[in-house]
Amino acid sequence: MDWFLVLSSLIKISGFTFLVILPFVALSSLAERKVSAYIQDRVGPNRVGVPLTIFGAKKDFPLFGLIQPLADGLKFILKEDLTPKHVRKFYFWLAPALTMVPALLTCAVIPFGSYMNIGGREVKMVIADLNVGPLFTFAIASLGVYGIVLAGWASNSKYPFLGGVRSSSQMISYEIALGLSVVPVLMVFQELNLGMIVEEQDKNGWLLLPLWGEGLSWQRWALLLPMGISFVVFTIAMFAETNRMPFDLPECETELVAGYHTEYSSMKFAMFFLGEYAAMIIGSGLIVTLFLGGWSIPFLPTAELAKTTWWMGLLHMGCFLTKVAAFIFFFMWVRWTLPRFRFDQLMRLGWVFFFELALANVFLTALILMIVKR
Amino acid sequence: MPQPLFYLFVAVMLGFGAAVVLLRNPVSSALSLVVSFAGLAALYVSLNAYFAGVLQVLVYAGAVMVLFLFIIMLMDIREEQRRRINKVAVVGGAALVVGFVVQLGGVLSGYEAGRKPLDRVPLQLSEAAAERRAAGNVSPGITADLERGTLPDTKLVGEALFTRYHLQLQMVGVLLLVATVGVIVISRREDRVVSGRGE
Repeated sequence: MDWFLVLSSLIKISGFTFLVILPFVALSSLAERKVSAYIQDRVGPNRVGVPLTIFGAKKDFPLFGLIQPLADGLKFILKEDLTPKHVRKFYFWLAPALTMVPALLTCAVIPFGSYMNIGGREVKMVIADLNVGPLFTFAIASLGVYGIVLAGWASNSKYPFLGGVRSSSQMISYEIALGLSVVPVLMVFQELNLGMIVEEQDKNGWLLLPLWGEGLSWQRWALLLPMGISFVVFTIAMFAETNRMPFDLPECETELVAGYHTEYSSMKFAMFFLGEYAAMIIGSGLIVTLFLGGWSIPFLPTAELAKTTWWMGLLHMGCFLTKVAAFIFFFMWVRWTLPRFRFDQLMRLGWVFFFELALANVFLTALILMIVKR
Repeated sequence: MPQPLFYLFVAVMLGFGAAVVLLRNPVSSALSLVVSFAGLAALYVSLNAYFAGVLQVLVYAGAVMVLFLFIIMLMDIREEQRRRINKVAVVGGAALVVGFVVQLGGVLSGYEAGRKPLDRVPLQLSEAAAERRAAGNVSPGITADLERGTLPDTKLVGEALFTRYHLQLQMVGVLLLVATVGVIVISRREDRVVSGRGE
């Protein structure tokens, strides 16, 4: 057995999920409050820091409220965990786990860095280097709907049930637009391995920023229009898939109290919360990987350098995380800017507009590729 | 795939497959089928067929079963649980299973290539790449993948569908379109009858 492979995979799995994604989840819950406060001209949480007063000091050390997620977590754990009598217990307990697990599983195929040279061996910075990357993400993400549907059904009360029904129809509808909008991208790259897609972008310019390498040719610029359409459809469908504003109809509080997680409390509620944020982070990661060059540094094709040095790999990881963080900020910006859609508007938008647009885009890309490649 | 994993996934697949039939609660049955599909997908992956495995999850577990569950949740489950077991159906089903097993045994006993263990039949990727180059290198992406030592199963499926079977593919596409249009027509007609009654 190749112990180096086993050990490096274990480090990658635990490192990426537990040291990157989960802290990102915690920090983005803080960032959400800070961003919303900034947009609404408030201050936001700025008090929680190192509690020196309980040790007898005069003042706490505030740390700009950076400890807030920790305090939130403590609150969730210490709250009473209530299981109402009328629920279907087994599924009621299963549902939170079913929302959290798929969200974390999808990170397996996203390349969070290029290479690291460890002891003279190149290690690819992706947990599972599959040849079916985007499809794997869609497959696992499509399982995420079970958690929400089961939560709604198992709660055995009206608002959660309506939330669950809404969520399943919404996610199924937007999965179509999501899948179709990624087809033109795959046609351009002719590749389903996300790692190789990023390497290609590193060499020849990002899909949406073809400014170096072969990206400067007119052929690539001719493809910018369909790629732009793909990007817009993909991003908006991702908002719907992750149940984020303006598409958070399954938990819309003006109509459904809290939607599918109305009956949940304490850590079980926190699991839904974490699952939503994890899905948002992975979604941002996928968008960055497909359209914005993943870990690649703009204008500097450095994949080869990363194979021989150790610091370039770290730099690439930092670059990827920066882009993801920027995209998460965009998610939040949209949430606190746009009002919520009505459910029928949401469905009409998905089926009548985005579905057709994504389909037409496939043909447009095929046409342009046919003209360009000859 | 190591043998213990194979048996684990077979056990998952068959165990939950049996649960689909045996459990009385329709939601439990539907979810057991999803887990069974996941085990099947793992078996596909163990055969290097990543594309088939992913599609099994994406299409069946992720889309078809969600719709099933959606419909089941709108039904009254208690009534379903009270329903008596239909003896004729049980006997008929058992007979069908026996017939199928006999047929499967007949087919497998006559299939000599199936006796070789899988790990003694290595994938000959570089040979396949050389063959493709000699035949004119129609799809360079596949050849490049083969030369790099990976099995481009997705691309191979795509190539087969869009070159050898393109007529059949289009026929299936038209069939699905007809079915979709049919569904819309039928649901529309129902609508008119109901509104007509109201007048």
